[in-house]
Parts: sequence; C-alpha cells; structure tokens
Amino acid sequence: MNYQFEFGWLAEYYPQIVKGIGITIELIAVGAVAGISLGIFCAWVRALGPAWLKPIVALYVELIRNTPFLIQLFFIFFGLPSLGLKLSELQAANLATVVNLGAYSCEIIRAGIQATPNGQFEAGASLAMTRFETFRHVVLVPSLQRIWPALSSQVVIVMLGSAVVSQIAAEDLTFAANFIQSRTFRAFEAYIVSTAVYLALAVLLRQVLAMVGRLIFPRRAAR
Amino acid sequence: MIEFTIWDILRNLLLATRWTIVLSLVSFVGGGVVGLGLLFLRISKRKWSRSLAKYYIELFQGTPLLMQLFIAFFGLGLFGIDVPAWLAAGLALILWSAAFLGEIWRGCVEAIAKGQWEASASLGMGRLQQMRYVILPQAMKIAVPPTVGFSVQVIKGTALTSIIGFVELSKAGTVVTNATFQPFTVYGLVALIYFALCWPLSKSSQILERKLNVAHRNH
Amino acid sequence: MSLIEITEVRKSYGENEVLKGINLDVEPGEVIAIIGKSGSGKSTLLRCINGLETISKGSISVAGAQLLDDEVHLKALRLKVGMIFQQFNLFPHLTVGGNVMLSQMVVKKTAKPEAEKMAHRMLERVGLEQKFDAYPDELSGGQQQRVAIARALAMQPMALLCDEITSALDPELVAEVLAAVRELAAEGMTLLMVTHEMKFARDVCSRVVFMHQGRVHEIGRPEEVFANPQTPELRQFLGVH
Repeated sequence: MNYQFEFGWLAEYYPQIVKGIGITIELIAVGAVAGISLGIFCAWVRALGPAWLKPIVALYVELIRNTPFLIQLFFIFFGLPSLGLKLSELQAANLATVVNLGAYSCEIIRAGIQATPNGQFEAGASLAMTRFETFRHVVLVPSLQRIWPALSSQVVIVMLGSAVVSQIAAEDLTFAANFIQSRTFRAFEAYIVSTAVYLALAVLLRQVLAMVGRLIFPRRAAR
Repeated sequence: MIEFTIWDILRNLLLATRWTIVLSLVSFVGGGVVGLGLLFLRISKRKWSRSLAKYYIELFQGTPLLMQLFIAFFGLGLFGIDVPAWLAAGLALILWSAAFLGEIWRGCVEAIAKGQWEASASLGMGRLQQMRYVILPQAMKIAVPPTVGFSVQVIKGTALTSIIGFVELSKAGTVVTNATFQPFTVYGLVALIYFALCWPLSKSSQILERKLNVAHRNH
Repeated sequence: MSLIEITEVRKSYGENEVLKGINLDVEPGEVIAIIGKSGSGKSTLLRCINGLETISKGSISVAGAQLLDDEVHLKALRLKVGMIFQQFNLFPHLTVGGNVMLSQMVVKKTAKPEAEKMAHRMLERVGLEQKFDAYPDELSGGQQQRVAIARALAMQPMALLCDEITSALDPELVAEVLAAVRELAAEGMTLLMVTHEMKFARDVCSRVVFMHQGRVHEIGRPEEVFANPQTPELRQFLGVH
C-alpha cells in the first residue's frame, strides 16, 4: 500500500466541518427535547391513556421501530409533498429525528412506568389525586430516572443515525465530509476525520446526558 | 411517459428485497461469528484482550454505521482493490453487527450467577470447559430474545448500503421513484416491506422475552 | 505429613487484610468446624483452600498439591479437595444425574457408563437416587444441597470444604443435610466446615477453630473449646459469661 495520507485540506475546509457539526448538534438537541417529550406523551397513552388513542400510538410506535430511519426520512422529504406538506431539508431532518426518537423513547419510558410499584398509584389515589395527577407528580420522574441510562443510549444511537440526513442534502457533518471528498478526492481522510468527530460527539453527548440526569434527578429515588 | 401500475412497482421492490434479505443473513451470521470471538476476548482473564474487545465495541458503537460503510468502501480501495459495493457493505455490516452482538452476549454471560463459575471451578474445570458446559448453555437461553431483537437492527441497517450503491430494497425505492415520480406510494411500499420483514422478528423477540421472564419467576 | 497444610497465609483486599497469618494442619479423617463472626475471615480461608481466592502470602497444599495461580496447578488441587456452597450452585440446565456426571466426564475424562454408575452410587449415598432425572428447580433446598454433596463426592476428593451449607435452608430442611454430612464423617472423610450449627460442631467435629479478625483465635477439641473458652472474644461469641 503506497498511499500517502494527506490532511492539508483541513486548513481550507474546516469551516464546512464546523458548520456540519453545528447542524448535527442542532438536530440531536431538537430531536432529544421534542422526541423525549413526544415519547413521554405516547408512553402515558400506552400505559394509562384513553383506550381509543392506544391503538393509534401502538401503530405509530411499531411502524417506526420496524422501518429504517432512511426510509422514514425519504418518506417525509420526498413523499409528504404530494400530500401538500413541503418541508425544507433541515425541517424534514428535524421532523424525522423527532418522530424516530419519539417512538423509541415511548417504549423505553413505558417500561419505566410499568416498573412503578402499584402502591405508588394507590397512594396517589388515596390522596385524592386523579390518575393523571398521580402520573404527572408521583410516577413520571422516578420512571424516567429508572430508564435514564437506556434513554441516553437511544439518544446517542439517534445522533449517530442522523448521519443519513446528508442524503436529502441537509448540511450536517456527513454532508460536509461528502462535500470535502468530492472537492479534494481525499475520501478516506475526510471520512476518518468525520468519524473521529462523531466518536467525540458520542462521548460528549453521553456525558451531557449523564449531567442532565444528575440535574433532573438530584436524589436517588426509591427503585 | 410509461404508466406504472402499483403491481409493477411492488414487483420491482420485491425483487430487490431478496438482496436485503441475503445481505441481512450474511451480516447477521458473520456478525455472530465475529461477535462470539469478541465475547471470548471481552470476558478473558487477560487484560489486554479485554481492553482490545472493549475499544473495538466502543469504536463501532460510537460511530455512525454510514461512516463505517464509507470507510470500508473507500478504505479498501486504498489497497488498490476495486471494491464492489456488496463487499464493502457485507464487511462493514459484519463488523458492526459483531460489536453489538458481542456486547449483548457479554451481558448474558455476566447475568449468570457467580456461583456457577465457582462451583464448576471447584470441580476442577478449566476456563473453556466452564464456558462450554456450564456458562454458555445457560447464557444462550437468555440471549435468544435480545439476539432476535437485534436482527431487526441488522435488517434496518442494510438500508444504508444503498448509499454506497448496493442495490437492495432502499436503493430500488429510489430508482423506482425516479422512474415513476410517485415517492409517496413507492416509499410507503418500501416502508411496508421493511415492516413485514422486521415486525415478526420484533414481536417474537418480545414473546420470547416474556416467556423467559415467566419461566424465571417460577424458579 | 498432614493432608492439608496451611502455612502463614495472608490475604488482603486492597488495604484491608482479612487473613493475618493463618497456620493450620489437618490430618486425614479429621472433621474441623470453623466458627466465628461474619467478617472474621472464615469463609475466605475456606475459599482460599480451593483456589477460589488467591492468597497474598504464605502457602497452602492439599496432599502435596500446591495452591498456585495457574490452571494446571489449580486443577490438580481441586481434584483433591471438593467444595459445597451455601447457595448449592447446582447447574440448572442439567438434570441431577447430569450435575453429578458432568465434571467426571469433562475433567477426569471418565467414560459415560462409569460416570453414570458413579452418579447413581453417590446419589444413593445421599438418599436421592430416585431423583436422577429431575431438574434442580424441582427439588427442595435440602435435596439440592444433598445433590451438591453427591456431585462433589463423585470426583472422589480427599477432603471436602463446606461453606455454611445449611445457612440458606429452611429450618426443617437442615437436619437432612447435616445427617448426610454426619455419615460422611463417620466414613472417615476429611471435612472442613464453616458452620453456625454449634450442636453439630460439638457432636461430630474432632477440632473447632474459632476465627477472630483474620486470625485463628482459639483452637482445640470441641469439648474444651465450648466448655472452657479461654478468650473473652470466644466467650462473647458463644454467649457464655
């Protein structure tokens, strides 16, 4: 192998990379906040919500969990315009990320809710709280705390999966790498650099999520 | 312009689905073999081999599968080989699956009570004998549901190989869309085919898991 | 030469020294009870004899087999001394017979028919021959522990280590396990047992070892140790004043 590695292009193209990192972070930040919120709502529906909503949420969750993110993205970006919903690349990428994480986090959070001891619901009821009030004030936070590690892993998985939004020309980190390789013909180096950046982002994201966990759950709740 | 009926579209997509299935099988089986090797490294008594497996797993779980595909595709090219897309796709997916399967199985091995290691050791068994006769038969039982569950991730993962030019279901979806200009129908159908492949596996993983839990509670 | 020779054995977990120089020689046919508070190091000592724990200093040998930290030496040692655990640790995926046969076939390379014959004999010895094809989770705790005894015996060890083997049992199941051990003792098996069954220790054992803070604090014949404890620690442990 007589290949000469060449990273000189970094000097010229690092603004593209920085911009790509920014978009990737924006995607996962929006995706995490909105996706987990959606997941909490869906988990509530599946565990305790009204009967008529349950099959709809179940269908949504099963459909998303059993199809590739890439196809969800294509469907939203290329398919929805025929229903009159035209989104920009970034909007489509954001929507796909939220919808995807919403379904996965629903299942994770639901497991957390189901692990709640029945006595917690009974205690809430005995204090004259409604089922929803009990959920909101008694059940939710310990449930989230129980599954926070699993939820954090899922957020990291979605962040790494977001690399495919480059395929609808959303200008994320992978898009930057593709752009650079097409200009410099330094495909291998461009992808090695962006892979390293992803790895760093994954490590960082895990730490941020652990920190967020310590902020939301300051004390160890009873398991 | 030629009119495409929904059956024309579906037929073309189903033909390409064969390659999704073949690639999934190859990746899953290959990943299983490499993953088993990783498992043994990961639970070895030697520190260097444990670290090696740990870093391998962290690397492959901490970077996008898409990047791994790109690197396999362009990296192999550096050796002067003209890399066909199927080779890069298969290689990357095998290495990626191995990382996840190795980690899943490690969890299963570590779930076996410490007393089983001690009892078999006290009977004079060596490490390999312990694994083969005592630990793995028990670990394999609890490994079935998550392993079946992971096969769904493999099938979905194969969709990314369309991006490096391997013609499977997703790539066929793009090709057919470009010919028919019916993205809603085509990607809708593509999604349904993936669903038909994945959902039975997801469901059986859940059912197996529930059975296992019931069996455990009865102990 | 004694069967088991424990010489100046020390063992630490990090800063914490749990065995502080243990000396103990055990003659063939002796039955020794090791008593003491939890945390006194008695279980650790037993586990060291079988190589389940490494030792920091000193030496242990059983019938000439040295405790060394490699698979060849460990195997040689463990062929001479069997172990029975508080939690039984039967292999749940194998039948009772399979449990007793496995290590004979795998470790000693005994042919299957012989291993099976031996398994039947040993299960008969603990009164469980009729359970040959049952699975461990179909047995009571006492029956499981007797299978564990048969499993250890099938390897034909020269000594058996018993680590609180009745502590996980319901009170009504303790007697059947102790009866099996009593029979072994009567047949001349060398036994080292960590136990809380003081009456059993008094009736069956040839010597009692009282451990305290990682040391052998008192040692002697049961009638002396129980009737006439020399140290305040042992008196307090036995509840005599």
